[in-house]
Amino acid sequence: MSGVGGGAGWAESGGRGRTDGWGAWDRRSDERDGRARQTGRHESPSRQTDGRTPPARQAGGREAPNGHAERREPETGRAPAADVRGRCVDVPGREGGTAHGGASPGGPVAAPARPAAGARADAALLGFARALRAAGVDASAERVHAFLRAVDVLRTGVRADVYWAGRLTLCGGRDDLERYERVFAACFGDAAPAGRTVTAPRPPRLRLVAREGPVPRTVARNGERPLPPAAALASSAEVLRHRDVAGLDAAERDQLRRLLAAFALRGEVRRTARRRPARRGEVDPHRTVRELLQRGGEPARLLRHTRADRPRRVVVLVDVSGSMAPYADALLRFAHAAARGSRTEVFTVGTRLTRVTRELSHRDVDLAMAALAAAVPDWRGGTRLGELLREFLDRWGQRGMARGAVVVMLSDGWERGDPELLGAQMRRLHRLAHRVIWANPRKARPGYAPLAAGMAAALPSVDAFVEGHSLAALERLAAVVRGAAPAPVEGADRA
Amino acid sequence: MRARLEETGYLVDDGLATACFLALRLHRPIFCEGDAGVGKTALASALAGALDAPLIRLQCHEGIDASQALYDWDFPRQLLHLRAAEATGVKDADRLEGELYDRRFLVSRPLLKALETQPSVLLVDEIDRADDEFEAFLLELLSEFSVTIPELGTLRAEVPPVVVLTSNRTREVHDALKRRCLYHWFDHPGFARELAIVRRRLPAVSARLAEQVTTLVQALRSQDLLKPPGVAETIDWARALDALGANEVDAELAVATLGSVLKYREDTERARGLDLAAVLAARGA
Ligand SMILES: Nc1ncnc2c1ncn2[C@@H]1O[C@H](COP(=O)(O)OP(=O)(O)OP(=O)(O)O)[C@@H](O)[C@H]1O
Ligand SMILES: [Mg+2]
Repeated sequence: MSGVGGGAGWAESGGRGRTDGWGAWDRRSDERDGRARQTGRHESPSRQTDGRTPPARQAGGREAPNGHAERREPETGRAPAADVRGRCVDVPGREGGTAHGGASPGGPVAAPARPAAGARADAALLGFARALRAAGVDASAERVHAFLRAVDVLRTGVRADVYWAGRLTLCGGRDDLERYERVFAACFGDAAPAGRTVTAPRPPRLRLVAREGPVPRTVARNGERPLPPAAALASSAEVLRHRDVAGLDAAERDQLRRLLAAFALRGEVRRTARRRPARRGEVDPHRTVRELLQRGGEPARLLRHTRADRPRRVVVLVDVSGSMAPYADALLRFAHAAARGSRTEVFTVGTRLTRVTRELSHRDVDLAMAALAAAVPDWRGGTRLGELLREFLDRWGQRGMARGAVVVMLSDGWERGDPELLGAQMRRLHRLAHRVIWANPRKARPGYAPLAAGMAAALPSVDAFVEGHSLAALERLAAVVRGAAPAPVEGADRA
Repeated sequence: MRARLEETGYLVDDGLATACFLALRLHRPIFCEGDAGVGKTALASALAGALDAPLIRLQCHEGIDASQALYDWDFPRQLLHLRAAEATGVKDADRLEGELYDRRFLVSRPLLKALETQPSVLLVDEIDRADDEFEAFLLELLSEFSVTIPELGTLRAEVPPVVVLTSNRTREVHDALKRRCLYHWFDHPGFARELAIVRRRLPAVSARLAEQVTTLVQALRSQDLLKPPGVAETIDWARALDALGANEVDAELAVATLGSVLKYREDTERARGLDLAAVLAARGA
């Protein structure tokens, strides 16, 4: 870690920079209430950035990033204009005016060096951006604007520069790179851009061998689930708590439903950056000083504050496919109870993804179940967990629903689709969510091992793997959602 | 730009060179993502070296907030000042308050320091560890490059700092923040470049040893490991072997020193099962 070092190293090094006489505080001494007016003088970031010479580039002229100023690399060559004009030329003016319009007025994009040809080249770049969007890359107006500016400060017409300008400004994640590569080749021809290729994402890791052995042991080790003593003392409710839902008769089922209705599911709390006054906690210097001042400097008590806590959002995905049929009713009632918390979202998965949060918001559980039955089109069908999880992430999760949330998957992991897809989507989910919990009703069966290919592919991205077959197991699940430590997951690769 | 970076001992490829160039020209932060040890953090210090500007580093963690990242008031000194003022009989509360919230009682944290220091390189390391609120806060700061402190006013950096953000992808960073940045994915380097990096970082190590170590690490990386070794590990390994007095390495010595490269027992066991001698022989090393 040469030079980077922690703490002290850089703290003093500030002296090397100029700290005086440039950004004076515009202090308003007349404002005694300690609150500043909005100045309204905020420059737009683009105005700030234009026309200033960054420290490394005092010399005029176009220094290429690689250091050789006007020289063209022989292997890249100055690409003929036709080359970068591209095959994705857009009809000028049709592309969402904002992107282009934002860049050109007075800006360097319309520089005199590029009269009509410049406009044509821009149309090609806009066409390229549009093709990227069609391929699923979020090349939004703001990004396209940056792209045009980037191309403009680089060597115009040099293929590798266009390639990198686009890749740096239009992509927002590793998943975009492969699509970018493809669309770039389609628009600007196939030649590998200046000897640089994107390596394909590593194949998903399946470490079945390492996992299969130890896992079944967790069932036994899960000490708090002893089989209920057959003693007559145990109440019927207590017995029922531990019974596998799949084996209940009608009367027992009724009783179970009543017990399930009493559930509450609250997400683990997270500390927010906001603080609130509190009796205990760190000293709140701000309020303490203010109070001191109000008392004219008389010694006052120390006021304290603490972080405000907020429960995390809980997202529940319930598998309603055929293999889950014995459990679906109980699990959905569990989800209904869970959805009473305002920060809970519920989806069903099978062959379709259905958001059922609204249906479950009926207070009356039987009304809710009826609404749900009408809304869900795919009861007892097959399972396409990977595909549906991708749909969930694309449509809801990525935009914020899964972000920082506790996500609970209630499924046996029998995947009809490609387990690798499920594995990949689970990794995505894992990166977004605060915690991923998988409850599998079949986990409690003697000798259970996550042999279902889907389950095996998903496990490395699961933080807590729990049972889900009985009331007791669901209580345990609720505790884990609240943040209780689960039994560790074998083979999960949380670093 | 490339040459200046390489003078600091940090080797860049076309993509990274373009990213740095654009970061300076367009005043956009570089958002660096990639596996551990591929040189994301080192890029920031190389940039600082190349620009002869101080490196200001903000290490993110869960729950980080503005008082740790931006500024805080020096409470003990404010109290002292208040006591001293009392002792000299100052009673004017307004005046006292004005004095208490004076610049000299303000403690600059990294973000404020970066705005105050010109030129500077700001490294926001491991942003994926911070939470959503902090991302939103950072987004605002990075779009305005200015800060309003209610008691003091607004500070704007005339020339914004060069900003490098890094993420290890333990969590997806919000797109609104990434949109403001130049996105660069750090791949593990290929053989030639990695060898060049090792040679540059450890000029005293024998060429043969550097080549062998690089060969071995490249082979390990193609395995399905829990934590594939980064450039940092390659350098550590070569340094460790050199410290043992080795000028070259054979399979036996490699296995004995695997601890420098692999951090998990499972990975080490897996590597033990490989035919490292064959890997070395294949390169003709
Ligand atoms: N391109 C390079 N040129 C020279 N040295 C490099 C290069 N890439 C990596 N290194 C070396 O590798 C070491 C590790 O890099 P660094 O700490 O920046 O990795 P990182 O990506 O930030 O990892 P982490 O995610 O663990 O923080 C650095 O000390 C540096 O010496
Ligand atoms: Mg780092």
